Amino acid sequence: MRGIALRVEGLTKRFGGLLVLDDLTFSVMEGEILSVIGPNGAGKTTLFNCITGIHRPDSGRIILGGDGRDITGLKPHEIARMGIARTFQNIRLFWGMTVLENVMVARHSLNTYGILDSILFLPRFLREERRVLERSMEILEIVGLSGVADEIAGNLPYGDRKKLEIARALATEPKMLLLDEPTAGMNPVETSDAMSIIERLRRDFGITILLIEHDMNVVMGISDRIVVLDYGKKIAEGRPEEVREDPRVLEAYLGKAVELKKEHVKGT
Amino acid sequence: MNWVGIIRRFWAFALAISIPLIFLFLSSFGILGFDYLLHIAILCGIYVILSVSLDIIVGMAGLLNLGHVAFYAIGAYITALLSLHFGMNFFISALISAAASGICGLLLGIPALRLRGDYLAIVTLGFGEILRITLNNWDSLTNGPRGLTGIRHPSIGGFVIERPLHFYYLVLLLVAVSIALYWRIERTRMGRALVAIREDEIAAASVGIDVTKLKLFAFWIGASLAGLAGSFFASWTGFVSPDSFTFMESVLILCMVVLGGMGNVLGVCVGAIVLSSLPEILREFRDYRMLFFGLLLIVMLAFRPEGIVKSKRRAMELKRG
Amino acid sequence: MLLQQLVNGITLGGVYALIALGYTMVYGILEFINFAHGEIFMVGAYIGLLSVGILPEGSPPFLKLLFCFAFSCSLTGILGVLVERVAYRPLRGAPRLAPLISAIGVSIFLQNVVMLVAGSENKVFPQLFPSGGVRISGVDISYIQIFIISLSFAIMIALHLFITKTRIGTAMRATAQGMEVASLMGIDVDRIISLVFLIGSILGAVAGIMVGMYYGIIKYTMGYIAGLKAFTAAVFGGIGNMPGAMVGGFAIGILESLGAGYISSDYKDAFAFLILIAVLILRPSGIMGERVSEKV
Repeated sequence: MRGIALRVEGLTKRFGGLLVLDDLTFSVMEGEILSVIGPNGAGKTTLFNCITGIHRPDSGRIILGGDGRDITGLKPHEIARMGIARTFQNIRLFWGMTVLENVMVARHSLNTYGILDSILFLPRFLREERRVLERSMEILEIVGLSGVADEIAGNLPYGDRKKLEIARALATEPKMLLLDEPTAGMNPVETSDAMSIIERLRRDFGITILLIEHDMNVVMGISDRIVVLDYGKKIAEGRPEEVREDPRVLEAYLGKAVELKKEHVKGT
Repeated sequence: MNWVGIIRRFWAFALAISIPLIFLFLSSFGILGFDYLLHIAILCGIYVILSVSLDIIVGMAGLLNLGHVAFYAIGAYITALLSLHFGMNFFISALISAAASGICGLLLGIPALRLRGDYLAIVTLGFGEILRITLNNWDSLTNGPRGLTGIRHPSIGGFVIERPLHFYYLVLLLVAVSIALYWRIERTRMGRALVAIREDEIAAASVGIDVTKLKLFAFWIGASLAGLAGSFFASWTGFVSPDSFTFMESVLILCMVVLGGMGNVLGVCVGAIVLSSLPEILREFRDYRMLFFGLLLIVMLAFRPEGIVKSKRRAMELKRG
Repeated sequence: MLLQQLVNGITLGGVYALIALGYTMVYGILEFINFAHGEIFMVGAYIGLLSVGILPEGSPPFLKLLFCFAFSCSLTGILGVLVERVAYRPLRGAPRLAPLISAIGVSIFLQNVVMLVAGSENKVFPQLFPSGGVRISGVDISYIQIFIISLSFAIMIALHLFITKTRIGTAMRATAQGMEVASLMGIDVDRIISLVFLIGSILGAVAGIMVGMYYGIIKYTMGYIAGLKAFTAAVFGGIGNMPGAMVGGFAIGILESLGAGYISSDYKDAFAFLILIAVLILRPSGIMGERVSEKV
């Protein structure tokens, strides 16, 4: 029986008059790949932002792990240090830094040396810096970017940028990874590549993965379970086969298009 | 092996070593006007320390500090007061002054660093001005606009540092300390984290970086170093007054950092040397000094924001849109 | 006497409000503090002074006044547009530090140009308005004060109507809501921004002339402190919020008038800075502003 990696309870978030998350409740099991899907504006990224501490929910709780630690409203860096890492929908890399540096900087909170250690070149400094370099190169190997380690992030092609963001998130040694549209804008080859990386992360490193995705092939292909949001509410939850057949899901995605089509036919 | 980098460092190092040696050589001839040259060189040294200290805040961390002169002033006045009231020696008062300035940096940072960049700039500006006005009006402590005179020169044992050449070597030592400190931050996790914060605070926080703590760290170190410069200044000139610590001084130091290249310590040194020696050399154009600096800021930011000493990564970072 | 200080405060407030509007309009669209705006105000005063020398000696005062405003507003307005084009527009995509530093450069540049051209001493601003005034229930109100207060209000009302009722005004508000979306809607964002700088600079010029008339003296450093106070007013009212800038202007004007008696004048400027810092730290969104957070 797998434990719960993360539990979201009654999460509600408003922006001004707009209700973006509406009493949302679900759990993410340890080691699973859970996809969050839904039409645009359904609140998926806001959900991620609440989990990672960028927004404070108006009500509800976010509970981490088996020991039930309430992380609601904690600061982003505190949540990151507890083992939750993420990527961003619109890619937020450190554009002026090299690929390697982007990964190395993410190791910051895992080191302990201070200014004095670095001034005096104490063993702790030397040892930790060496480890940072080694581990960063290892991580680049995993995502397949070790060949471009010294390339400046801003010069990378799109697909590599996405991979670098994942690598950077990995560098924090997370227990859980929140990927916001990891395959957006990718061609089929890159998408398939990304999918294998994600599966490998779960399989070889036991990382729990929470995914926001629009590409249904990806969603159906790698998810253990799916949560469907519409207007901030959960309208379905379950295994891919169940969700695919769920009429409420179909209506949420297609319903509006069907409505429009009816109007159009009537008008002519 | 990064050959280009190594060759560049070698030449910088050779240049840095040769100049003081040349000065030592020349001084033994008692050449006329040489003391004046040393005067400029010492001034350059002070501004190099100030620019490096500001660059830690502006260049590394990306925080616009318009009140940096305040830390310079605090260092200078504390050394002055310690000297006049307790006869304290420079080498001890320098440490105390640097520490005091550092603490002021923290005190300013704690409320200010939560603010957006533009607001932070205004708050630091206000801080600098409030300090200057206070120094100007607190007659009982600071002697107001008349300033404090008679500050002791530095001494080690019985040996007093009063000749320009010796002051030059002392400031050179402090410059070396500043640059070494800068490098020991830049090449460590603190430096990397600061650059990350400068580029994207939210992304930095998402990888576990405590943004506020690091910004405070940058402020603390930058302020301490500026305080050290102030301490030296007081001991060198023997006199401090609020007039030396105006907003325009903060702007001047900022110009040096912008000219040399924000985040590029060797560039910043070049910027400091150029902008502190030029006004001395071009004495007749004194009135046009600030006009030139204003224009410099506009032009540099428009055409060469990464500074005159090139850095490819900085250019990438500052690329429009 | 409280009422007297109130009248003085409202007069001063009108001036600050006009300058504050310049800050707030620019900030509303570009999210950028135009550090040089205080200098625009100062230049407006100096150009106003210049204009008085242009008309023939015996011209009717009314004509002199009108010409002074018209001349200064047009030239200062153009200067504002020029500054935006040359110093700020090239930096539009750059990180926020860049235009800020450039604005400081512009501020210093303008200040020193005026100092070098016009001299660093205080300049006497000519009497364009009849002196004297009225006395209502024990309070002295000079004709100049009446003029300043009424003109400020008239301009603010006109501006408000312009922003809310005209197409261009609506385009300005749309641009302030979101530049990219506005341009997708077909709004020429560049022109709107130039217009904002034009209007802001004209308001600054008007304020500059008013100050010249009110105090009779102008100096090249007047932009710095007035600019900071007006900026405080803009933030106080909620930066980016135009009615807020107006309210803020009057609030700061009244505060300053009331405080002038009680705070020792040595520390007066330090006190002004303290208020500014307090507002920025404690209530950066101002009394009428909304908290705007970054979209992630």
